Amino acid sequence: MSDVQNLPQVALIPPIKPMGKVMAITSGKGGVGKTFVSANLAAALTRRGHRVLILDADLGLANLDVVLNLYPKTTLHDVFTGKVAIEDAIIKAPGGFSVLLAGSGLVEYSRLTNTMRDDLLGIMESLSPKFDVILLDTGAGISDVVLFAVSLASEVLLVATPEPTSLTDAYATIKVLVAQQNRSTIRTIINQTARMGDGRAITTQLQQVLDRFVQNKPGHQIRLVHVGDIPADPAVREAVMRRQLLMQNTPGCPAGVALSQIALKLEETVISKLS
Amino acid sequence: MKQDHLSCPTNTSVELSELRLRDALALLEHGSMSHSPNAEEGGLAYLQKIIDGLCEISLRDPLTGLFNRRYFDSILAKEIGHVARSGNLALLLLLDIDHFKKINDQHGHLAGDQVLQAVSRCISSCVRPRDTVARYGGEEFAVILPDCKADYAGFVAERIRKKLAELNIQISPALQLQVTVSIGGAFAPMWVRSTADLWIESADTQLYRAKAEGRNRVCITLPQILSVSAEEKSMLFQPSTGPTPAWLDPTDDATTIPPMEETHE
Repeated sequence: MSDVQNLPQVALIPPIKPMGKVMAITSGKGGVGKTFVSANLAAALTRRGHRVLILDADLGLANLDVVLNLYPKTTLHDVFTGKVAIEDAIIKAPGGFSVLLAGSGLVEYSRLTNTMRDDLLGIMESLSPKFDVILLDTGAGISDVVLFAVSLASEVLLVATPEPTSLTDAYATIKVLVAQQNRSTIRTIINQTARMGDGRAITTQLQQVLDRFVQNKPGHQIRLVHVGDIPADPAVREAVMRRQLLMQNTPGCPAGVALSQIALKLEETVISKLS
Repeated sequence: MKQDHLSCPTNTSVELSELRLRDALALLEHGSMSHSPNAEEGGLAYLQKIIDGLCEISLRDPLTGLFNRRYFDSILAKEIGHVARSGNLALLLLLDIDHFKKINDQHGHLAGDQVLQAVSRCISSCVRPRDTVARYGGEEFAVILPDCKADYAGFVAERIRKKLAELNIQISPALQLQVTVSIGGAFAPMWVRSTADLWIESADTQLYRAKAEGRNRVCITLPQILSVSAEEKSMLFQPSTGPTPAWLDPTDDATTIPPMEETHE
């Protein structure tokens, strides 16, 4: 038995708190409208009276700034390097929500380092009390950075299009999240659908393949929840090209109505139960 | 735990005679403390020694001198947080003595106790000083190895298994026993929202496997390689039930989906 002088240190570090208000938006494949959905969903939720923050978690190739047409002097990069306080890097977007931008092309963030883990965790912990909802706009793919960002969130919103490549990548992403993060619920948003009902059919299809090939542990059922479809709509392209928010420009267009419905559904099923 | 729970009242003068220290001292004496607190050392130092002694006792397993479940749980929780923050690998090994009940039944509980003590010493001798060795329950032990490389896992577990299998435990001049252990291991889950329970569960599954596969062996969860098979892909697009999904049917007006260069990002 060891001597009193070598008394073991009992762990008294604060545990990492569950971040209940955080939703990660991810897709597997790039170019399916992840950032478009994040920005417009943030606007739709803001309209419904929530204090919303989008954190640009696509650290390597962020383009939320492009979507929102915002080029602030201070970004997440300056917070990481200690140049500015986190409050000074948060800006208001045109839709009335808050944004923390990563700054584009920071290749040094394409790999997850120990410091980044710790920094991101600290940032999330300090921001969490100040907002009702935090959306994490993650990068494409299933890199360490993406998976880590997703792991910060209590809810995962998976954006896919009906394109076969998008579905395959979405499926792969679900598999990884189930295996590595023990996720049991993943919510799907199907973008650019041709007709009503396509999105639900796609979600059902993904679910069937999961049921067949991804072994469920007893008591651990993997469940995909279809949140909504966003129909293919020329107004989207128009808003994107003008770098304006669809929810501000033409909220009454089919895609805008769909986004409002998605926001409402998230409010009813997820957000009301979070805080 | 919040910091303010830990802060102590200041300016409190404690009268030693008012504290009921007799039970504490008796406990420390019973726990065969190496340095028994001495009342002549003066109030504060004396009290500190008693507190240290009680902490020590509360974290140790009296039979084996290993850390107990309480300490193990706290270290495991701390390590999970550390892994999430640092990204370093940490390994948990769960060890169970094979057929331990037979030893108790055939040679008595005192012999069983001696086996537990010898096994404890042997495990401790196989790992680094910074690793935490604990008695997890009955004849089950746990080792937490922080910053453990993936290649190292099998090596260290196998070393423990071999050393234990070679160990001759002298119970009495006439009786020498040998035991084997089954070892299950798992690396700490690396994502933020993981819990100590998930980690234990994963190591426990491997321990169960080691037992089921014949005991005296090591099973460790290796990092999973995930892929999407051709079969999965084909089912994604060709549902077994019903026709091709409408959104993929080329004869359908689903082809009006805008081409990919019109992305919304």
